Amino acid sequence: MERIEKLIDNLPPMDLMRSEKMTLVQLIIPVESAHRAISYLGELGLLQFRDLNSERSPFQRTFVNQVKRCGEMSRKLRFFKDQISKAGLLSSVHPVVEPDLELEELEIQLAEHEHELIEMNSNSEKLRVTYNELLEFKLVLQKACGFLLPSSNHAVAEERELTENIYSNDDYVETASLLEQETRPADQSGLRFISGIICKSKALRFERMLFRATRGNMLFNQAPAGEEIMDPLSAEMVEKTVFVVHFSGEQARTKILKICEAFGANCYPVPDDISKQRQITREVSSHLSELETTLDAGIRHRNKALTSIGYHLTQWTSMVRREKAVYDTLNMLNFDVTKKCLVGEGWCPIFAKAQIQEALQRATFDSSSQVGIIFHVMDAVESPPTYFRTNHFTNAYQEIVDAYGVARYQEANPAVYTVVTFPFLFAVMFGDWGHGICLLLGALKLGSFMEMLFGGRYVLLLMSLFSIYCGLIYNEFFSVPFHIFGGSAYKCRDVTCSDAKSAGLIKFRDPYPFGVDPSWRGSRSELPFLNSLKMKMSILLGVAQMNLGIILSYFNARFFRSSLDIRYQFVPQMIFLNSLFGYLSLLIIIKWCTGSQADLYHVMIYMFLSPTDDLGENELFWGQRPLQIVLLLLALVAVPWMLFPKPFILKKLHSERFQGRTYGLLGSSEFDLDVEPDSARDHHEEFNFSEVFVHQMIHSIEFVLGAVSNTASYLRLWALSLAHSELSTVFYEKVLLLAWGYDNIVIRLIGLAVFAFATAFILLMMETLSAFLHALRLHWVEFQNKFYHGDGYKFKPFSFALITDDDD
Amino acid sequence: MYGFEAMTFNIHGGYLEAIVRGHRAGLLTATDYNNLCQCETLDDIKMHLSATEYGPYLQNEPSPLHTTTIVEKCTLKLVDEYKHMLCQATEPLSTFLEYITYGHMIDNVVLIVTGTLHERDVQELLEKCHPLGMFDSIATLAVAQNMRELYRLVLVDTPLAPYFSECITSEDLDDMNIEIMRNTLYKAYLEDFYKFCQKLGGATAEIMSDLLAFEADRRAVNITINSIGTELTRDDRRKLYSNFGLLYPYGHEELAVCEDIDQVRGAMEKYPPYQSIFSKLSYGESQMLDKAFYEEEVKRLCLAFEQQIKGAGDKEPDVDL
Repeated sequence: MERIEKLIDNLPPMDLMRSEKMTLVQLIIPVESAHRAISYLGELGLLQFRDLNSERSPFQRTFVNQVKRCGEMSRKLRFFKDQISKAGLLSSVHPVVEPDLELEELEIQLAEHEHELIEMNSNSEKLRVTYNELLEFKLVLQKACGFLLPSSNHAVAEERELTENIYSNDDYVETASLLEQETRPADQSGLRFISGIICKSKALRFERMLFRATRGNMLFNQAPAGEEIMDPLSAEMVEKTVFVVHFSGEQARTKILKICEAFGANCYPVPDDISKQRQITREVSSHLSELETTLDAGIRHRNKALTSIGYHLTQWTSMVRREKAVYDTLNMLNFDVTKKCLVGEGWCPIFAKAQIQEALQRATFDSSSQVGIIFHVMDAVESPPTYFRTNHFTNAYQEIVDAYGVARYQEANPAVYTVVTFPFLFAVMFGDWGHGICLLLGALKLGSFMEMLFGGRYVLLLMSLFSIYCGLIYNEFFSVPFHIFGGSAYKCRDVTCSDAKSAGLIKFRDPYPFGVDPSWRGSRSELPFLNSLKMKMSILLGVAQMNLGIILSYFNARFFRSSLDIRYQFVPQMIFLNSLFGYLSLLIIIKWCTGSQADLYHVMIYMFLSPTDDLGENELFWGQRPLQIVLLLLALVAVPWMLFPKPFILKKLHSERFQGRTYGLLGSSEFDLDVEPDSARDHHEEFNFSEVFVHQMIHSIEFVLGAVSNTASYLRLWALSLAHSELSTVFYEKVLLLAWGYDNIVIRLIGLAVFAFATAFILLMMETLSAFLHALRLHWVEFQNKFYHGDGYKFKPFSFALITDDDD
Repeated sequence: MYGFEAMTFNIHGGYLEAIVRGHRAGLLTATDYNNLCQCETLDDIKMHLSATEYGPYLQNEPSPLHTTTIVEKCTLKLVDEYKHMLCQATEPLSTFLEYITYGHMIDNVVLIVTGTLHERDVQELLEKCHPLGMFDSIATLAVAQNMRELYRLVLVDTPLAPYFSECITSEDLDDMNIEIMRNTLYKAYLEDFYKFCQKLGGATAEIMSDLLAFEADRRAVNITINSIGTELTRDDRRKLYSNFGLLYPYGHEELAVCEDIDQVRGAMEKYPPYQSIFSKLSYGESQMLDKAFYEEEVKRLCLAFEQQIKGAGDKEPDVDL
């Protein structure tokens, strides 16, 4: 026993098995070098600061002004980004890298740029407004003439009637110019018009409103403007409608003007005289083209400025973000009494102490400070954060474990085993090497897509490799068996082989060397054989994994020096699980090796019901009956063993330790109350026996019931694997082969398409997800509940590399 | 929720219920308000709010902030969320949500009409309007000279039209008329809303009739106090009271004849729910009454909100500066 313990102690340490040793450190930084020191630490990214000012609200902290300035700067940067994207420019992909500016300089620069931009914007906006007005005027002139000419004709016609009454001789034959001249009297008669332009969407309501306001005494003409005009507020192109309203009376005029104003319709006067119209049109057009050139020049100028900003934008943004992070961190520090130093506390991994010290020295040197930065280790009361050094490959598996709960500080990390067991259990449910190859291709090609989901292309890679392996064992390629490893061990009874499916086959040579014999496929006993194989395999895998879990609890107890947990938790648990289900596994293996016909259900059931009875034909080996009785007794003993001693011993230890206050701490050298020393120190005052006992009782009951239900739960490996293979058989036989049976290319193609679709979406996507979830459950529940507390918290170092743009 | 109401509730209301519950988590907490009390400058407020749900609405405002900007942006958040819910709602919840905006609509109409009467700029008035009570042709209100025109030109298109039919006169608009118009509109609106909620039945009816009755009573008291010493006759005053509520009908008879604030008090103290409000005030005081009623209203709204029943959760306490 001792030799084993020695061996275990001398094992080389695994990075991933235990989280990094952490230490609480204190930094005393002179004010003049504080900023530099913090930014160097941010580059290093190995120190997690504790917020020493958590009782203060954000705006009461020391560096609040700087944080505000950074916020203001990032607002400006957002403004630039917005402007750049509005102008349709792309911020340059390869930004110019310049030496870092000072924050103050950057602030001034940003302010200048913003000022410049705003000025340019307002200038161009003014120009744009004038331009819009002129453009609208032009459109109104163009379109309104169309209404005015016939309407003036009409007016003149009335007029003519009048004149006809008076001067009946004056007949017709009037030229256009004469008509134009005669519109004036119409004006005097009270018929007037207002012309303008309005958004197309408002035109209908506008017309209705005019109709109501004038009680129908108006004539409304409209025509689409044809050109889209930019709305200066939203900078969107809007469709507009030119309108002309004819009305009479002064009151109506004021009303209509008010309504125009309310609807945001711009009114433009159109002269009646055609020559005047033409003249104005000409003037407006020339103005317009002038303005257009000015506007274009302005936009070019603005784009140039924006492009030059765009070159630096990425760099500036990251710089501001870093500065903000630095000041946010500085806000977590406390001033010491003299107000000359900042005091900070934080967690760092022990291996990083030298690097941190070096960075701090560099900071002192670079800021030419007189006083160095003091860096020393402190005693911690609370439990340190959990920090695993992972790489691209292990990170995804660590994430899978962390999704359940972050490991308690320094407890055994299930991720070490998850790396292999997770993809393997997945593959047991997803065993088909055709599908496995598809997954593999997916992992190689579509890696970036999965990266978004779980950061886990490596998970997918291993899952697919194991699927290929398990698929070879199950001998399924899209549910079709192949003779890869030589010929089948079975052959027909007679030469014709017509009744192979009904009469059965005979074995004529050595077993098929690897995996399931292809002849099982389609035979009468295919399902019973595969079910029995997969069911037994599931139980073996499950018992193995649960044993691993309990063994890990032993390592945990050793690591935290809790012999109590080893003696009264690990040992009885081990005995209980293995005397029942370990024994079952043994029986399975023996049955496989000997080819015995014994009924294992019968053996297991009667082991409980009548252990003393003779096993009869179900006996697998000599001495099975006494062994069963011994195992049953052991299992019965194990239950009170794990239930009672621990709480009573804890109670005894507690009363021993605190019977005399003065001797309190000395007694605790050997047995520590709890695996976690800190929380024990906090809680030792109120030792509540009933609480501890109930807790232990729940644990024991959970374990005893769990041993049964968890083993049963591993049968999902068989169930999902069965479902997968049956589904793929159905798709292969009932879709692909059925379609292939027809001699029609269209039906064949449709069959092929349906098969491909079903394979891709149902088997490759849905089944992958479900197998993934079940593998996840087996790890989280069945495996990790044996040893994993998962109540730690993650190490979140202050690091520039980890600052993302989520605050934007 | 009673009986089988809960059984089918989620078919229509489930999504919105989830949204409302989500918004509840976004409300400012007591700690937030404590911190806001400690703020010394408006920038501090912005900084504090940036950590809350209001952050995205304020983050792009340049630094010299104005109180109006903050209020505007925070209201914008409320309005955005309300409009989102309105879009997602199905009948009869959508109608219910529409009803809630009518109150703001009435206020906006009155604001514009009064403003125009005093020759203010329409654009300026529009900015002051509550965004929930906006409708398409609201700017055109300025054109109208009297109530008949107001109705015929603009309001006939709005949901307020049926309420307006009671107060159409050809009189020119003046302050008094406008005030009467506002109260007539409110009376019609509250009665209609009350009827609608009764029609819906169930929990909505119970909760909303309680809230609406309180609102009606509050308005009745306000009308009484404001009309003391004006030329409004008792009968006219009586006509402005809504025909439901705790005070209806006997309380209304008493209120209609009140000549000073203490008589109002005497009339109101007969009703236990209002006794507590009046007991906080000293005799002859009417200034604090508004505040006391407002507090009571907020309390009732909060209780309704806590019950988490459809539609009752839409009045969020907003940032109060």
